[in-house]
Amino acid sequence: MKPETNTLERSQTSRMPSWELPPANIREEHEAYLLELEMPGVSKNGIEVTVENNELTIVGHRQDEPPKGEVVYRESRHGDYRRSFEIDTSIDTGKISAKMEQGILKLTLPKAESVKPRKIQVVD
Amino acid sequence: MKIIRYQDPELGTWSPLNRLASLREEMNRLLDGSLAGFSENVGLFGGWSPSVDVYQDKENVYVKAELPGMKKEEIEITFQDGILTVAGERKQESEVREGESFRSERFFGKFHRSVSMPTKVEAERIKAAYKDGVLTVELPKAAEAKAKQIEVSVS
Repeated sequence: MKPETNTLERSQTSRMPSWELPPANIREEHEAYLLELEMPGVSKNGIEVTVENNELTIVGHRQDEPPKGEVVYRESRHGDYRRSFEIDTSIDTGKISAKMEQGILKLTLPKAESVKPRKIQVVD
Repeated sequence: MKIIRYQDPELGTWSPLNRLASLREEMNRLLDGSLAGFSENVGLFGGWSPSVDVYQDKENVYVKAELPGMKKEEIEITFQDGILTVAGERKQESEVREGESFRSERFFGKFHRSVSMPTKVEAERIKAAYKDGVLTVELPKAAEAKAKQIEVSVS
């Protein structure tokens, strides 16, 4: 049984047309969920992580200026990023930590004590 | 100007579907009639393709590539015959990690993008900077290219 599989789900409704949706990787480890989001052009000062009710929202504001001059060719959208995930009570929201490394936001979402795997000693 | 087309990572697809999605992309591209570049686009073969912007002003050409999560030593920039090439490999931090993956949308592996310059540039004076996952290359325009521009603006 793996109730955790439903813990982190993107809520589709929160996508707004003006925001860029950053690609995400989510992995579960023993003690925490690790969430990585690609947000090139965002430094650590441009990150906002909020938890409201069951929703974890990450907003990344771009600080990099587009280069000077006229556009010859352009593929990037150069918008701010936003993405929301639904989280449940298995995450200790008070202990979420974040790190920004070359445009990758790395969030550690520690599991609440109650859901951590526990070794039970056998006593006779 | 010849630039390999950018392949937008298909958001929301799970890892087993990524291959299939990129295959579909490639099929669409074939149907578009643009056979050139099919083999060059590495998307199908396990790589990825960062987005590239090109700007210019009177003095310089600027090439901006979004390469989040790289180390600056791993980015290879070459300039030859008027073509700037940015290549490298984005590695996963460690191959085997404990735990289960729920979502896997990021691309890893090799990439290779080439951009031909709109004007002559001075190869010796090319500068590059990598910050917040964005690579910016500044290519100063050659004197003759600048002179030509001035003529045009006067007449």
